[in-house]
Amino acid sequence: MATVSAHVLEDLRVRVARIEQGDRSQRGTIPFGVPAIDRHLPGGGLALGSLHEVAGGGLGAVHGAAATLFAAGILARLSGSVLWCLKDRDLFAPALAGAGLHPDRVIYAEGSDEKMVLACLEEGLRHPGLAGVIGEVSNLTMTASRRLHLAAETSGVLGLVVRRWRTAAAAVDFGQPTAAVTRWRVSALPSSPLPVPGVGRPRWMVELIRARAGQSAEWELESCNEQGRLALPAVLADRSVQAAEGGRRAAG
Amino acid sequence: MLAAHVGGRRVITSADQAAQASGIRPGLPLAQAQARFPDLLVEDADPVEDAAALERLALWALRYSPVVAMDPPAGVLIDISGAAHLMGGELALLDDLIQRLGRSGIRARASAADTIGAAHAMARWAVGPMVAGRGATMAAIGPLPIAALRLDLDTVDRLRALGFETIADLEATPRAPLALRFGSLPGRRLDQALGRLNEALDPIRPPELIETRRAFVEPIGAAETIARYIGLLVEPLCVRLEEQGLGALSLDLTFHRVDNQVQAVRVGLAQPARDPKRLARLLRDQIEKVVPGFGIELMVLAASLTGPLGMRQVGTLSEVPAVDLSGLVDTLANRIGADRIYRRALVESELPERSVGRVPALAPATGTSWLAGWPRPTRLLAPPERVDTLALLPDLPPVSFTWRSVRRKVMRADGPERLFGEWHRRDAEMASVRDYFVVEDEAGERFWLFRAGDGEDPAAGNLNWYLHGIFA
Repeated sequence: MATVSAHVLEDLRVRVARIEQGDRSQRGTIPFGVPAIDRHLPGGGLALGSLHEVAGGGLGAVHGAAATLFAAGILARLSGSVLWCLKDRDLFAPALAGAGLHPDRVIYAEGSDEKMVLACLEEGLRHPGLAGVIGEVSNLTMTASRRLHLAAETSGVLGLVVRRWRTAAAAVDFGQPTAAVTRWRVSALPSSPLPVPGVGRPRWMVELIRARAGQSAEWELESCNEQGRLALPAVLADRSVQAAEGGRRAAG
Repeated sequence: MLAAHVGGRRVITSADQAAQASGIRPGLPLAQAQARFPDLLVEDADPVEDAAALERLALWALRYSPVVAMDPPAGVLIDISGAAHLMGGELALLDDLIQRLGRSGIRARASAADTIGAAHAMARWAVGPMVAGRGATMAAIGPLPIAALRLDLDTVDRLRALGFETIADLEATPRAPLALRFGSLPGRRLDQALGRLNEALDPIRPPELIETRRAFVEPIGAAETIARYIGLLVEPLCVRLEEQGLGALSLDLTFHRVDNQVQAVRVGLAQPARDPKRLARLLRDQIEKVVPGFGIELMVLAASLTGPLGMRQVGTLSEVPAVDLSGLVDTLANRIGADRIYRRALVESELPERSVGRVPALAPATGTSWLAGWPRPTRLLAPPERVDTLALLPDLPPVSFTWRSVRRKVMRADGPERLFGEWHRRDAEMASVRDYFVVEDEAGERFWLFRAGDGEDPAAGNLNWYLHGIFA
């Protein structure tokens, strides 16, 4: 009896999942390559064809540097062109290249205001030829995010929104619900310690604040390398390899 | 200086700047001028060639807008409504226009205004290129002399004899006595300049243009109707483009309204295209810019710029179709402006702020990237912001720094990375030096600081500290 019910339950689960998806085919996911994170996400990675939100913590809520590089690392691991919608001109392209996102892959669309940035995002998300679309906005309403998510669903393109606010206090807005499938907060942490004076590989506190059909969690990670890959910090005992790597970079 | 026969006597028709400075102006009899300056250089005027040259200029100006008219003797009127966004705004368009003409040896003056009369006046009499926004026409042309009003010299002289110096003077005067003495022309010109009276352009059209047109028995006005007819206009246009093996690079859709006004929208494409769906989509995005007024009686769609586009077989089984982003780029370019959609590319430069250039979004891949291995911040402040620092020794990174009135203690630092000024660009940069440091504060925020100068040579910099970027 018990085995039958388990079998029936499994069948039901599959059928419910199919109904929930509607006629949309499964778009697949992009794993982070860090088992600790991928285990945590439904489908083993960040779902393609849906919208994800990233914001910075602390001062990062204003400049969003870590959140932007975190997002750039995800896009770097996809293949194909990326549409980057922005309003401010302070994004420094060499940093994106440093996270593995080659400048030839990124098309920038500069909106005059946030409304225009959102419009560009939506237009890009409707285009199935892109690998991903990313936009920097401060306000993201439920309606706007749902539009973006639906656009991403129809094309299968990965949609990322980096939230940036004028002041750190305005970041309480991040508590408002949106239609994004996952919501991340990336804050800077003191860099990995080196045996010599200097700045080691940057570390981030990566918080998964919300995940549809998943649980929130947080990790302390080392920032994107040249291929856009994150890494778990090596424990103090066996960090010699990484420290050497970081040391070379710091000395340069 | 040019002179021509006008009714039996030789009259000056145009004079160069030097001549005008010494009091010689068009309309003066040649004999008088020569009596004053015997060594004047006089050439015969050639009105036919002048008109032809003006027409060539007007045809060239079609690059800016589909609605261009000649304004003899020496002017060109360009209706830039619905087309200025492609050049990055009205002022940018004027700058571009003046610069391009200047490069081909034509000294031009240009201004933009709501009405033909006001634009005419401002282009000739205002200082420098000027844009009069909606409702600011009177403020812009009020201080200009009445000669700016397209009146003949005789009327201007008589008005000035009565004490009317500026357009504002004339506007402030009761109309009836003025009309009695000078006829209706001054009043009409004033009304035209201020937009109280309509004035229609007589647009020129270039030869051999691929265009389709549709006249309406009943004037149309609803956005949905316009959208439907756009579809009906685009299809025959695409058929004709295909016959000639061409694709459209720029499309002009002109709306002729029942009140004799012409409105135009222009869309640009990054690569030649003749897909009716895509072209119609681009045009439909512009509908909101059209004010139908009392109705539109004629719509004309023209491919003002075309490029060769051969046949291409689609849907073969073996080949994987390359991703075509030109549709997306065109849609965005026509919405936000062509200069706002771009790719970043490496520029060989020592200084970080100059190391990033722009290339068109669909330009071939450069294949180059910035030198890997050097730490570069995610956000670059432009210009770098001055910070107060506490540094123990000139060659060491600071112990703490204050940025935007928050003091941050430096826990770790890397550097210096010395970058030199580009002496080949400017003399002032001959000796300048920047020492860059990556610093990390207690919270783990990482910043890019630099010190101007090397601490030895005063010409290298003033030893002030600046914050240039923020790391992830």
